[in-house]
Amino acid sequence: MSHSKPLLQIHELDARYGPVQALCQVSLSIDSGEIVTLIGANGAGKSTLLMSLFGDPLPAGGWIRYQGRDITGLPTHEIAKMGIAQAPEGRRIFAAMSVEENLLMGAIPVGADHVDADLIKVFELFPRLKERRNQRAGTLSGGEQQMLAIGRALMSRPRLLLLDEPSLGLAPLMVQRIFATIREIRESGATIFLVEQNAHHALKLAQRGYVLVNGEIRLSGTGEELLADPEVRRAYLGGQG
Amino acid sequence: MPFTTALPATTGVRWTLVFRQAVLEATAAFALALLLLGPIVGLVLDGYEVKNELQRPLLIAAIIAIGRFLVALAMHTPAGQAMLERFNARRRQPGVLVVSIPESNRQRWWLLVIIALALSLPFLASKYWLTVLIQAMIYVLLGLGLNIVVGLAGLLDLGYVAFYAVGAYGLALGAQYLDLGFWSALPLAAMLAALFGCILGFPVLRMHGDYLAIVTLGFGEIIRLVLNNWLEFTGGPNGVAAPAPQLFGLEFTRTAKEGGVPFHEYFQIAYDPTHRFIFIYLALFLIVCLMVVVVTRLRNMPVGRAWEALREDEIACRALGINHVLVKLSAFMMGATVGGIAGVFFATYQGFINPTSFNFFESALIVAIVVLGGLGSTTGVIVAAVVLTILPELLRAFADYRVFTFGVLMVLMMIWRPRGLIRPRRRAFEVKGLCP
Repeated sequence: MSHSKPLLQIHELDARYGPVQALCQVSLSIDSGEIVTLIGANGAGKSTLLMSLFGDPLPAGGWIRYQGRDITGLPTHEIAKMGIAQAPEGRRIFAAMSVEENLLMGAIPVGADHVDADLIKVFELFPRLKERRNQRAGTLSGGEQQMLAIGRALMSRPRLLLLDEPSLGLAPLMVQRIFATIREIRESGATIFLVEQNAHHALKLAQRGYVLVNGEIRLSGTGEELLADPEVRRAYLGGQG
Repeated sequence: MPFTTALPATTGVRWTLVFRQAVLEATAAFALALLLLGPIVGLVLDGYEVKNELQRPLLIAAIIAIGRFLVALAMHTPAGQAMLERFNARRRQPGVLVVSIPESNRQRWWLLVIIALALSLPFLASKYWLTVLIQAMIYVLLGLGLNIVVGLAGLLDLGYVAFYAVGAYGLALGAQYLDLGFWSALPLAAMLAALFGCILGFPVLRMHGDYLAIVTLGFGEIIRLVLNNWLEFTGGPNGVAAPAPQLFGLEFTRTAKEGGVPFHEYFQIAYDPTHRFIFIYLALFLIVCLMVVVVTRLRNMPVGRAWEALREDEIACRALGINHVLVKLSAFMMGATVGGIAGVFFATYQGFINPTSFNFFESALIVAIVVLGGLGSTTGVIVAAVVLTILPELLRAFADYRVFTFGVLMVLMMIWRPRGLIRPRRRAFEVKGLCP
């Protein structure tokens, strides 16, 4: 894989919570238009990586470059304005607000200029949300809440979409639908960085993947390579390595 | 565009219709201009006499009417049509439109009845009840202010009384040291309170729940203790006198200070001390109405929605790239401003203030108003404030048990109506063009 100019480049990133080292010398890169996945077990540091990419917690070492610009240490709202959006782990929708208000919240970093058109786009992607747009978001099912979290992130017109475990706690059928939608989003031009525990689905969808173990990148390769890798099969896919 | 409601295709402009429309609009503009300018330009105050110079507003209104007529005609030329089109283009785009919850006719009548009642009460009430009403209004204002911080932004502030004190002392000390009158002190004290809100806001940006409550509690006590102990500046426990309000320079006293004109002399009515209270009440009522409108509007704007989102889930807000520093500070400052305004009115109504008016019990009472009213509900807060100030007056006989009753009421409320007297309702959305 030769990439002349990656959209996002992370170089030897360290992150720590007090004395605990959560990430150690993590390096990875994402090209425009790719779906890249990061798989790993609970506590490997996947969510920490996404959040420190977003400036919270601030990285303890290393640097992050986005579109050739160093964004290490920028405040979160500045990064959001540059076209990176996140659907956080556990969805974290605003339960007492209506579906539509949740979506409007996502548009705050970019202002109100394109809200109407973007709302239509999100509703086209998730017709279910359109049906329920006046409903309190807390009354949605888990899958619908995940759609809402993704839709809310899309409202800021991201060039790079960070998805943190979108399949968490969803029924198998809903997981398939969410993954199908992720592919659709990529086809519309966004780059996707997908953090998953559901390694099988994630690796099938992604062009490339990284495996994070105890805060370090253990393996990397194309989706197929990783799917075939005996270590990955044993650790994440329940295969008999 | 499928959703445009295009004007009927006008091949030839029908000039007679256009002309009639233009004349109508010009007449309306003339009447409006006369109504607005008549009292301002037409009545000239000369000493104690009012001279009638109505030809001046007539002339100006005529110029305005001619201008309006020409604009109305110009709007029907192709260039004018194009301009109108540009103005309307955005409005006709498909999208969402936030509308307030549709009020039924009956609700609107109730609102009118309540406003009429509130406006006529001071003229019917005795002086004692007038002071109770003013107190109720001050607590309504405080409740609305704290509701922004606690109810909307979800930041538990137990030291809200500090801003109330800053407003009150802003008026009293402003009058003493800078010779400020009521109306010049009002915005300045509000801004001073906002500044204090900002000072409190910065250190507590990273705090939540219990920790935030403790720090704000401490802040409230610090302000009170400083006011109590800084004898040379604030007068300490001896307090300071606060000036009475003025109406366009007319004073509400029996005899005016040198150069001033008392209200009763100017209107040639007998002196009555309740005039001052009626005036304070009406001004307060106006400000409360203004606050209700402002808060309602804010809740439909991005900043208001961000407050509520912050209350719901701070981590989600940060993941969305919402600047939580700005959002929190704006909530604190907005709340503090309202508290400061309430303080100014409190000081001018009392005529004299000292630090004992700003103890922790006041803070607790305001928090109780917000919680009883239902966190985030404007109507609920108003009802709770009125009930909690008027009920103790009605139950004077049981004054010894006031705090006890209060506690029992709180416990019962938490069991039966944990979300407050009136549940906050979410706004409705009207969607145009998005769905079939």
